[in-house]
Amino acid sequence: MIEVLRRLGRTGLQFFERLGRGHLFLGYVLLGVPEVLSRFRLLVAQVWSVGVLSLVIVLVSGVFVGMVLGLQGYNTLVDFNAEESLGVVVALSLVRELGPVVAALLFAGRAGSALTAEIGLMKATEQLAGMEMMAVDPLRRVVAPRFLAGLLSMPLLAAIFSAVGVLGGWFVGVGLLGVDDGAFWSQMQAKVDLHDDILNGVIKSVVFGIVVTWIAVFEGYDAVPTSEGVGRATTRTVVHSSLAVLGLDFVLTALMFNDI
Amino acid sequence: MTVRGLCFAHGERKIFDGVDLRIARGKVTAIMGPSGTGKTTLLRLIGGQLRPTAGTVTVDGQDVHQLSREKLFQLRKRMGMLFQSGALLTDLSVFDNVAFPLREHTDLPESMIRHLVLMKLEAVGLRGAHGLMPRELSGGMGRRVALARAIALDPMMILYDEPFTGQDPITMGVLVQLIRKLNDSLKLTSVIVSHDVKETSAIADYIYVLSGGKVVGEGSPEALGRTSSPWVRQFLQGLPDGPVPFHYPAPDFLGDLLGGGSP
Ligand SMILES: Nc1ncnc2c1ncn2[C@@H]1O[C@H](COP(=O)(O)OP(=O)(O)OP(=O)(O)O)[C@@H](O)[C@H]1O
Ligand SMILES: [Mg+2]
Repeated sequence: MIEVLRRLGRTGLQFFERLGRGHLFLGYVLLGVPEVLSRFRLLVAQVWSVGVLSLVIVLVSGVFVGMVLGLQGYNTLVDFNAEESLGVVVALSLVRELGPVVAALLFAGRAGSALTAEIGLMKATEQLAGMEMMAVDPLRRVVAPRFLAGLLSMPLLAAIFSAVGVLGGWFVGVGLLGVDDGAFWSQMQAKVDLHDDILNGVIKSVVFGIVVTWIAVFEGYDAVPTSEGVGRATTRTVVHSSLAVLGLDFVLTALMFNDI
Repeated sequence: MTVRGLCFAHGERKIFDGVDLRIARGKVTAIMGPSGTGKTTLLRLIGGQLRPTAGTVTVDGQDVHQLSREKLFQLRKRMGMLFQSGALLTDLSVFDNVAFPLREHTDLPESMIRHLVLMKLEAVGLRGAHGLMPRELSGGMGRRVALARAIALDPMMILYDEPFTGQDPITMGVLVQLIRKLNDSLKLTSVIVSHDVKETSAIADYIYVLSGGKVVGEGSPEALGRTSSPWVRQFLQGLPDGPVPFHYPAPDFLGDLLGGGSP
């Protein structure tokens, strides 16, 4: 009994210690961000590997998700003779929810895991220690550019996801199922609100971008410097950031779209 | 540089128990000792990457472990360190690795950097390899590149962790010369950690022998050669039997085999 309590206490303490370290870490990284802005080349290289290389998976998934939305939405709406509203249904689902959430999940799997593995391996092979001995702060030189790149890429990826998703829905609805083209677009234009829908979606994607990238770089930097440690850290990145995205999505949705 | 009463432990295991060293400016000082005595750990303590549990490390009049992060980084710019593993940045080419500290810490024009980098690479005999990536180098080559990088900023002090392991006899000879030459021409202070007795004795001005967390012998190479201390004798002559244990502390072998000890 005592042993169970003791173990519980130790796990709890470790959890909070790690949480504290994560926040300190974020603080140091943020201090390094202004410097990154003045060294544009570092940032561009990271936006390339974090953002641009995630583009294909985001584009392909976006099209398919949009097509599925088109099919499902049509099947439901046609019963009420409301298939002209298909554009609104597809666009709202994507902009409010699926764009930010699915793009963030894909981003965690594609870019987050890569960030963790890269930084963790740099630690395991003493590259970070070597930098420190050369009086170069790895938090500024290695972590800050990657953090900023993730933060900038994620909202753009979510926007791209929504955009190609709408095209996918249009292709299925208008192209295959015969929904009226004009109605599809004009209803969408009339019903999708800039502030309530688009801006809130953008806020979500920014928050998810911060959280996923933060978890990814922290897990890498905090990894046990062995092959097994890096492997575990990579898994933790994907699991924790997916859970964080889904949990935060509920919180943000509750705050934004309902007056509870 | 002085080290005073240094104590350090990895968890439960005591690595150092009151080590005192004095490293003279402009001289080559060697720190020798059997594998696993904590030579690498000592260099990390000197570089400020680890904190001692007691004692002080003073470099150029500054207590390394009392410095603010900024001051420590200032000091490290004047300290080169050659890691046992080389610790090259794997996503940069050999050239960019050597240029790395120059680009981070100076505003030199690219033509000047090129000049300096090729000069340093020439010194370690790898100018022709400047376009290779670290994964295309052998272990010994990688360490020479790391050496070129460590001297890129012309530091006042260089810490070498096992510079000779993995080098063929010719390279070894060149490296020995190079370390001596760098030391004398640039008025450096060099600290060499090694267990290559012959090479190290050839260039060191002063030698400390560590074992079991303590300094067990010190002196110039000649003085150590004539020593009466059985520890130092055994180490320098490489005898398997003597007071220096070859084994990591372990329970009785026979007992372990028969399943007596914990696994
Ligand atoms: N992270 C660590 N945790 C626990 N013990 C460690 C750790 N790192 C090193 N040690 C222990 O510290 C001791 C000294 O290690 P160190 O790497 O300094 O040895 P060394 O003298 O450089 O050996 P070598 O000549 O083989 O390089 C070893 O006995 C090792 O078991
Ligand atoms: Mg060592």
